[in-house]
Order: sequence, then C-alpha cells, then structure tokens
Amino acid sequence: MSIKKISKEQPEFFKFSEENLNKAKKIISKYPTEKQASAVMPLLYLVQGQNENWIPLVAMKYIAKFLNIPYIRVYEVATFYSMFNLSPVGKYFVQVCTTTPCMIRGAYKIVDVCKEKICENQKELSKDNIASWTEVECLGACVNAPMMQINDDYFEDLDKEKTEEIIEMILNDKQPKPGSYRNRKSAEPENKRTTLLNIKNA
Amino acid sequence: MLKDTDRIFTNLYNDESWKIDSAISRGDWKNTKEILSKGKEWIINEIKLSELRGRGGAGFPTGLKWSFAPKEIGSRPHYLIINGDESEPGTCKDRDIFKFEPQKLIEGCLISSYAVGAHTCYIYIRGEFFREGQKLQTAIEEAYEKNFLGQNACNSGWDLDIHIHYGAGAYICGEETALLESLEGKKGLPRIKPPFPALVGLYGCPTIVNNVETIAVVPTILRRGGKWFASLGKPKNTGTKIFCISGNVNNPCNVEEELGITLKELIEQHAGGVIGGWDNLQAVIPGGSSMPLLPKNICDTITMDFDSLIKEKSGLGTAGIVVINKDQDIIKCMARIAKFYKHESCGQCTPCREGSGWMWRMLERMAKGNASIKEIDLLSEVTKQIEGYTICAFGEGSSWPVQGLLRHFRKEIEKRNSSDPLIIKQNKNIPYLIDQHLLEEDNA
Amino acid sequence: MPKLIVNDKEIEIEEGLTVLQACEQAGAEIPRFCYHEKLSIAGNCRMCLVEMEKSAKPIASCATTATEGMNIKTNTLKVEKARKNVMELLLANHPLDCPVCDQGGECDLQDQSMFYGLDLSRFTEKKRSVKKKYMGPLIKTEMTRCIHCTRCIRFATEVAGIDEIGAIGRGEDMQITTYLEKAMESELSANVIDLCPVGALTSKPYAFEARPWELKNTETIDVMDAVGSNIRVDTYGWEVKRILPKINEDINEEWISDKTRYACDGLLKQRLDKPYIRENGKLIKSNWTDAVQLVINKIKNTKPSQIAGFIGDLVDLESMYIFKKFFNKSLNSTNLEFRNEKRYLNPDERINYLFNSTINGIEEADLILLIGTNPRQEAAILNARIRKSYVKNKIKIYSIGDPGELTYPYEIIGHDTSVIKDIIEGSHHVSLKIKNSEKPLIIIGESILNSDAAEYIFKSIKNFLTKNDKINPNWNSFNILTQRASNVGAMDLGLYKITKKDNYEVLNKLNNNEFKLIYLLGADELKFNKKDEFIIYQGSHGDKGASIADVILPSAAYTEKDGYYVNLEGRIQKAFKASYPPGESKEDWEIINNISQFLNKRLDIINKFDLETKLIKSNNLYSKESYITKEKNSSEINQSKIPFINSKLEIKQIDYYFTNPICRASKTMLECKTVKNNFKLTGTEG
Repeated sequence: MSIKKISKEQPEFFKFSEENLNKAKKIISKYPTEKQASAVMPLLYLVQGQNENWIPLVAMKYIAKFLNIPYIRVYEVATFYSMFNLSPVGKYFVQVCTTTPCMIRGAYKIVDVCKEKICENQKELSKDNIASWTEVECLGACVNAPMMQINDDYFEDLDKEKTEEIIEMILNDKQPKPGSYRNRKSAEPENKRTTLLNIKNA
Repeated sequence: MLKDTDRIFTNLYNDESWKIDSAISRGDWKNTKEILSKGKEWIINEIKLSELRGRGGAGFPTGLKWSFAPKEIGSRPHYLIINGDESEPGTCKDRDIFKFEPQKLIEGCLISSYAVGAHTCYIYIRGEFFREGQKLQTAIEEAYEKNFLGQNACNSGWDLDIHIHYGAGAYICGEETALLESLEGKKGLPRIKPPFPALVGLYGCPTIVNNVETIAVVPTILRRGGKWFASLGKPKNTGTKIFCISGNVNNPCNVEEELGITLKELIEQHAGGVIGGWDNLQAVIPGGSSMPLLPKNICDTITMDFDSLIKEKSGLGTAGIVVINKDQDIIKCMARIAKFYKHESCGQCTPCREGSGWMWRMLERMAKGNASIKEIDLLSEVTKQIEGYTICAFGEGSSWPVQGLLRHFRKEIEKRNSSDPLIIKQNKNIPYLIDQHLLEEDNA
Repeated sequence: MPKLIVNDKEIEIEEGLTVLQACEQAGAEIPRFCYHEKLSIAGNCRMCLVEMEKSAKPIASCATTATEGMNIKTNTLKVEKARKNVMELLLANHPLDCPVCDQGGECDLQDQSMFYGLDLSRFTEKKRSVKKKYMGPLIKTEMTRCIHCTRCIRFATEVAGIDEIGAIGRGEDMQITTYLEKAMESELSANVIDLCPVGALTSKPYAFEARPWELKNTETIDVMDAVGSNIRVDTYGWEVKRILPKINEDINEEWISDKTRYACDGLLKQRLDKPYIRENGKLIKSNWTDAVQLVINKIKNTKPSQIAGFIGDLVDLESMYIFKKFFNKSLNSTNLEFRNEKRYLNPDERINYLFNSTINGIEEADLILLIGTNPRQEAAILNARIRKSYVKNKIKIYSIGDPGELTYPYEIIGHDTSVIKDIIEGSHHVSLKIKNSEKPLIIIGESILNSDAAEYIFKSIKNFLTKNDKINPNWNSFNILTQRASNVGAMDLGLYKITKKDNYEVLNKLNNNEFKLIYLLGADELKFNKKDEFIIYQGSHGDKGASIADVILPSAAYTEKDGYYVNLEGRIQKAFKASYPPGESKEDWEIINNISQFLNKRLDIINKFDLETKLIKSNNLYSKESYITKEKNSSEINQSKIPFINSKLEIKQIDYYFTNPICRASKTMLECKTVKNNFKLTGTEG
C-alpha cells in the first residue's frame, strides 16, 4: 500500500463532543493506569465518527495530548492501519474486497460498477461528494463472496445487478439493506444444507 | 460425517438466537461454576487430554501453551488475549462465532482466564467486524447482567473483566506479538521471540494469546470431557473444526466437521461440489491464503488435518478452503495473493519488506506473459530468501503460496512466458527520482 | 559466566551478552545495520543472522541472549547464504547512487556489499523512490537510500529524548520522517547522521564538501562547553571540514552536541589573521613589530596595579599558565580574572568547583536535584546522561527554578531560596528523600552562583550534604555545572583574585574603571563600560573583544594548536593540532612569550614542550591525562556564619547556538538559531 495521502485542506480545530469525551474516558478506563496509550486506536475511531469518517491532523495532535503521547506515535499509528482515513471520504464509503476468494467469484465486476457509478478513480469523491470507493484486502467474509463494505455494514453475495442497485441507492442518499443479497442466512449453504438438520427442524 | 450431536457450534447458522437465554438453553453456562471449582490443574490437564490444537493457523497444542503461564501470579498481572483479527483470505469462521455463538466464546474466556490466572481479558477484533463487535459487546453485557462475568464471576470466586479492542485493518495484527503491540497502542510490528508472550507479553506481563475458535470450544470440551474430543478426528489431530469453503463451489459455506475428513467430502457433500463438477477442479488452497495450494490429483484423496497436509507440503492453517476451478487463471489468483501480502507486510524487517513486493511484481508480469521463464527460478529463490529469515511467520506466509504455485503449476507459467531473456522496457519519460513504482496504478 | 561455543571454539562470556557480542569476543565479526550498542535492539535488518545448533532457522544474533551451551556457527555456507540473501534484498530497492552519495567511503552498506553483495542486480522491477524529508538545517535526507534500520528513530526516542522521528506507513512504503517534516528540536540531532548506516541521512553543511579519504583526521577535544567531549577533526588543508565524535565512554560516549559538530564553519569566518591597531577610532591592519611595540610602550607607561588581564572561555591551560606567569613576573600584577560576570567562587577546596559525581556517576544516581540549571542547554551531553539514567533507573528528578523543556520529566519544587532553606532545615519532603537516598546528585548551576544568595546556597547545600554524609570517599553528591571550557583549568591555576572581603575584586575595579590597561586573552563575553582604558585583545575571531580593542594580536583557535583542557569533572585532556593558525596569527603562548622578551623580562620558557612540562609539574593533579583525582572529603562550615538571603532563583536562558565567538561566526549555528526562533514564533504546537 502506498503511503496514505493526507488531505491538503485541514480544519484548524478539533475537539471531542461532550458525548465522545465521555466515551473516550470510558475507553481509557478499559486499560491499566499509565497504559492509556492503548486507547489510541479506539480514540482515532471516535474522531472518525465525529469528523465525517476521516481524521484531520489537528485531531491527531488532540489525541496525542489527550493520551499524553508524542504526536509522531499517533501519526505512525494513523498511517499504519488501513482503516484510518486521513483525507475526506464520501458519506457512503464503499470498500470492495478484491482478494483472491472474492476475485474468483467476480469481485472486479463490483469494482467496475463503482468505477462507472461513483468515480473513475478510487479514493476520490463522487461528483456530489456523497460517496467514494476503494479496493481493499480480504474483509473476512469469503464464504459470502463477492462482497463489499459500506461504512460499517457488509453487503454479501453480490453480483453486478445487485451492486448497481445498492450503489444507485447510496447515490440517492438512501441506506441499502445490509447482509446477503441472495437471501441466505450468514454462511450456511444456500441450498442442500447437510448439517444441523434436526436443530433446523426444531 | 460428524453426527449433529457431536457438533459444538450448534447455532452456527443462527437457527435459534445468539442471545444469552437461547445460548443457555443450548447448554452454555451450564455448571460453569463446577468446572471452575475443579481447579486450574484439572482444566489444563483436560485440555491436554483433548489434544486440542490452536485453531488460529499454527496448530500449537493449547494445553501446553496454557501451562507456560507462570503458576503463581507474581507482581505482574496475567492477561488472556483472544485473537479475533481474522484476516486470512479464505477464512470467516470467527466472524460467525462472534455473531451466533458469542456466549461460547465468553464462557471460554472465563474458563481459560481462570486456567491461566488472568483477571483481564481483551478480545481483539478486526476493525472491519464492527457490527460483529457490537453484537459481542451486547453479549458480554448480557453475561455481566447474569453475573457470569465481573467480580466473583459465576459465583466461582474468580474476577474477570472482558474488554473488546478493535483493530484497524492490518493483517499482521493477527500475529500474536504484533497484536500485543497494537493493543498497546503502537503499530503492529511483531516482536522478536524469545521472550514469548507467556512470560513477557502485554505491557510486559505474562500473556496467553488464543484464537477465537480455540477458546470457544473449551467449555464444551470440559463439559463433555477431553476424551470425547480426542475421540473425534485423527490421533494428534483431534476434534472438530469449522471449515470455511469458498471460491468456485456451488454452495460456499461454513461447516463444522471432524478433523481428518476428506477434502473431497467437504467440497462435494457440504459445499455442493465444484462449479463445473469435480473434474473442473484446478486447485485448492486448503488452509487460508498462506498455505500452499494443492493440485487436483492431491485433492482427490487428501484428508483435512494438520499432519496430512504438512506431508503434502501444505498446511491446515485456519481451514479456510478456497476452491479454484479451471475457469480461473491460477497465476493471476496467486499474483493477487502475493499482492495481498505485499499490502499487508508491516515493513519492519528486510526480507519481507523488500521481498513481498518483488514476488508480487514478478508474478504479475508472469500472469501477463511479460516475463522470461528464467525468472521462474529467480522467483523461487526469492521466496526462499524470505522464508525463515524474518522476525515473524509472515515471511513464510507470503512465500509459501508462491512456492506452492511454482511446485505444481510451473508448466503453466512456462507456457505463458517467453524463454528469451527479459528485455526491460523502460519508460524514458519518467525522471529517475520520482516514485516510479507508484506511477502505474497496477504497480502500486 | 555462561560458556558457549562459537565456530568450534569455546568461550566464556559475561552474563547477559547477546550472541553478537559473544561472537565478537570470540573473534568472529558479524555484519549488522540495525544493531547499535547504545540503542535498544530492533533486530530488523536481519544481516546478523547466524546458525545455532538445534534451531531450524538461522537466528538474529543481535537479538538473542547468549546462554550456556549454545553452539553458534558464523562461518558456514548457510550463514553466508543468509547474509547474501539479505544483502540482495537490501539492495533491491536501494538506488546504488554511490558516486553522488556523501556516505560513500564510509557507508556500512557499501562496505558490507563488498563481502556479501552480488556482482549483478537480479531485481529488474522499477525501484522505489521516496521523497526527501525536511529534518532541519543540519540533516540532509535522501530517503530513497533508507534501509529502514530505525536507528535514527531509536536514537531520537531513547537518547535524545524527543519523540520526533517515526516510521509512517507500512510494508515497502514505510518511510522515516519527523512529525510533519519539522526540524528535529534537539541539541543532539546530528548524531543521527553518524548513526545512519547508509546515505539516507547525511550532513547538510558538509554536503559534497569532501570524500572521507581526502581528509586528515585528528583526534582531539571539544571546547564548546565544559564537558570536554572527545572529537575527531577532519581537515582538508587548512580548512576544518567537519567534526565527528570520538568514543569516550567516560564522557560523551558516542555522541556530540550539534554545536560541537557544526560550529566548525565558524573557524573559517571572521578570523583575525593580522595584528590591528586602532587609529582615530578605526582598526587598521598592522604588523607584529608595531603592534607588540605599542603593547610594550603601554605596559611600560602603566602602573602594575592598573593593569588587568581577563581570560576567555576557550583558552587552554598552557596559555593560562604562561599568562599568569607573565602577569606575575613580567608585569608585577595579580589582577587576573577568568569570570566574565560576578559569579560566586569558593576555591578553598577543589571539590567546590567540580562536577564531583562525574559524568559516569550520573548513571548510578538514585535522585537528582537541579538547582538553578538547565543542563540541556548548558551541557547537552551531560544532559543525555541524565536522560540515560532516567531511562535506565526511572529516577526522580527535581528542580529548583524553572529550566524549561528538558528531555526527561522533572518536578519543580520551588522558585526561590526559601525552598533551599526548607530542605536544609529538613522541613521539605525532598530533604528526607535526599537523606534516604544512597547516591543523590545535586547539581548547582551558574544561574544560582550569579545571584545575591550564591554564597548562602553554596555553603548551606554543601554543609547539608556533608552533614548527611553525602560527600564521602565513595560518593560525592555535590556538583557544580560549569559552562565554559577554560573555567575549571583557570580555577586550578588560580586565575582569579579573591580576598576575604571581596569575591569579585577585579570585576569590581573593572566596573569602577580603575584599570588603565586591559589585556583580554580571548575574552569576548566580558561586560563593562569602557571609558579610557587601553585594551589589548588577543584572540582568534573578530568578535566582541576585538571590537573594543585598541590593539589586536591574532592567535590560533582550538583546532590549531596543542593544548590541555580540564573539563567540568576536573579531568585533564589534551587537544591536538588539526590545522594551523591562519595568516600571521600565532599561538597564544608564543605571543605572550614574545612580549615578555621584548619587555626584557623573559619567562623561563624555552619552547612549547618546555611549557607543557612546566605546566604539568606545576600541579600534581595534572600528572595523569584523562584521570580524575578523587577528593571527596569535606569539612563542615559553621552554618551560623552564613546569613539567609531570600532571593528569587531564575534560570538564565543561554543563547545556545551563540555562546562563543566561534559559534557566532558560524553560518550553520545562525541557521539553527533562526529555525529555533521560528519554532518559537509559530509555536511548536503548530
């Protein structure tokens, strides 16, 4: 992965909202005293939640001060982990898994849909800034391949048409229904189930 | 086929409910107090008896691992860490445990924590599993409400707190010491071993790190006895395991089966067969992307257990089975896996940092037919320059799949690529000192 | 003492050594990039792999502790293959631009590739190139060359105590950078240049100046502060091209401060290379005959009591020795002073002006109390030791007065002398801590000695420590932190005038303009209002002293002569001549000797060697070089005789990059100062 691009436009100020401040304190209490540095990742998530799904530089400084650790350590963490966005993403942030198990079940068709409907380039905002997409590595839902993630939700068992439907919805600022798009439950075989039959019947 | 009564994860398909009451009705949290009252020694011994091997990939005997924790709690507290950073391509079993069998995991946490002397347990979940984490959090809260956790958990006299910690998209954090670094709020760079985490782990304290599935099967083993578990599967490869069958099969699914089941049975019976029929099978990755693939002739007979797969120079790994049929370009499939490893390398030590990108670029060219067949040997050498020379097992993980490809599909590569020595095509317009390898999208 | 076998040879080693160290003791050299003795172990370059019996994989020798019964092999095919493998991968994305790389000739990667590199590159992919990073005015970066050994990160975090360098991103795109490419804010920053095993971090001021094999190396002593860091001066002809640290475990270990390293371009600028005489208010170029004649005339026409001599900060022992002789014998004057402002001095015992615990001793301390000092600016290298001690033993550090940002956490316990009174009387909690501590370290800074309460503080603290047995043959906790290279020597040789009534007789007379003839021996920091005094300035740079002089006698700078210096611990060390004095300038002793000859009051010095011999004989402390005489017993002073003076204690901020004429002439130091000031203006918080 290439080094993350850091947004050129940066807000001048960041502060946790009252609610997040309380959450942050609660998070820190999960770790032993003097080990509050452990909370850096959860706090970066809080920032992302508060700041339209991306982390500005001031927020990294804010967290560094909050946890009493050097700025560079927060910066290192924010650039190391792929889920921290350092420049704005769309309100609907689409992540398409293209690793082999998804790839061999047609993940690149989903990518094509994203290219066509959202933006030609990944990690760039769509015309009305509502969505952006990116290719990601395995999201851990291989049995339900191909799949993609939009914000916190997984959309599984996709094909070209279903993906088009979903993308259309988000482009119109409508929340699509997460889960399998072939109406199957989680990772059970779609038909001809062979195990746990008596329980199913019960 | 395994009898339904011998299955541990009876709610694997969420036929009932993942909520605590339903879990209790399925037998979770039944006489937990009694199990705990039998003492640490008994628990560890019973797990040793069951011959349970870690379900996270390396297959290390769980009972033995637990016995490495100091017997007495000294000045440093002990920790139990549950590794739920499930990121191995082809694997999605822990996700279903979080979703549908959280109480099995939580009860397992209590028992295991007691056995290794931990009062704090962190469950490290990969960041993408946000919804799963939410469910697990609810499940933990339910358990607290029932006084199964917290102070004097289950009236056993043992205190235990469980916290969830989310990762943030780094495969390497599935390596136990990288996970500890990440939990300490740093980059996930694997540590040099020894010292092993059992003595110097989280915050420098004794720490036991186990996979989600390993811990989730513990309560059932103790309830039904180590002997029962050991009676399933094959010697030294005992018990049941959730297999994730993905790729080109008719019914991709997760299924709990005995170790030692034949691969063919798994695919044909449980996953509805290979798309296009068994004869259309090209290769199978038997244990998550880091395990070398097996060609069809081996797949015909192979049984799925740790030792049989090692004999075929592969491994059970996480039991994530990726089926690749003949409609797929096998070189491209492996190039994509190499790209995954290049993307996920932490960059700490030289062989993996420099080698993983090199392997991927060569494979990518081989897939396109832009390589010379002389480079096949070079690629093979590069894989061996990584394997065994790195800080953690990622080096093996990234080089084995490539080695597997070269072992079984060398002819495929030779067919596609020229035997002439490579002529490097230079793009003259590119000034030297800019990030050349980022210029082309598919090179980045 | 574990025994192990290295290459079939059994050796016995100290407990706790790594396999790499054990192999070295057995005479097997191990190539390495990331490993550095003074830094924590990273084990990431994988160059130091060796074969160990019973281990399937080769092991990283730097990261493995050597234990009883190990069987290590470093000379097998397997090991060689491992090293070649790693080397090929290191070079895969390395630009191989050695012809235009400043590290060339002293590059670890270049050297090792001679042994383990392939003669052709099998890597045919496009190479990675990484953007340069700004790291301040001293460090030039070429990050494409970086091999990610993380030595610089570990140095900044562990030794310098500033968490400003890190590795961002991951995998093959990992990049070393400072936070948002800010300059590194440390007095030790340039040490990362030495640590960098490749040409990723090189010296900006020295960029493309010379190749290492063209330079003449001279091992000598630094004079930028009183620590006496050991250095290596590299010269090309007359020019001092660069200064590097020389290892001395007792003083500077492997580090030197940025000032020590980079003030050297000041040796080329503002130099006095001809005698000057002031005519009609203007300094006019002259010659030695006229200048010396003028000096002699003035001396002859001035009463001895109206002649005074002042010694500068960078003067060596020989010059001070002959200067004192010259004053006493040739001029019949005792008006000598090395202090440039009123700073309390009690020369009764030698321990009264030394850093008695020694620099090495800092590591043993279990409590540190700073009184009116900012060691980070006053003695950066000593400060690094305090940090090392803090990191190693997690000791508690207190300060009286606010020193500003240091590189370790500390607690301010007060801002005036009443705290000291409380401590001495036992009513302060730190008082008990000092009493209970086995090896406390009390450091008194010059800021305190400048204050009205200096005598009170000095005596009462010393008394307190004596009474509580903290000054004894095993441990002397009483420390004075001197800032200037010449001062301890000047005190040893007695270049001051103190009477019972007046600690500052010469300075007081100077301020009352009672002198008619003032001889400045390299003294540039002296503050006084000149009236009709005739001023002779003898020194190397056209700085403050020269600007008020009536006659200038040009002399050699510290790199241009042999000379002894005594550091703040009282350790005598010899500096060696690396270059020669420019133009007509001469060594100080020569000039003074000449004048005495012309005065017909010859000193009995025949040549430099004679001077040296006489100097060493004059003081038995100087009999052994680099040796500290331990005088650690102290007699109690009657407490009732010392009146308490309530006074605020302020720590004087020193202009770190501008403390002496050489720094002030240096362009690099000016740049460092500007960058630092800009930091302050914009706020380091950004």
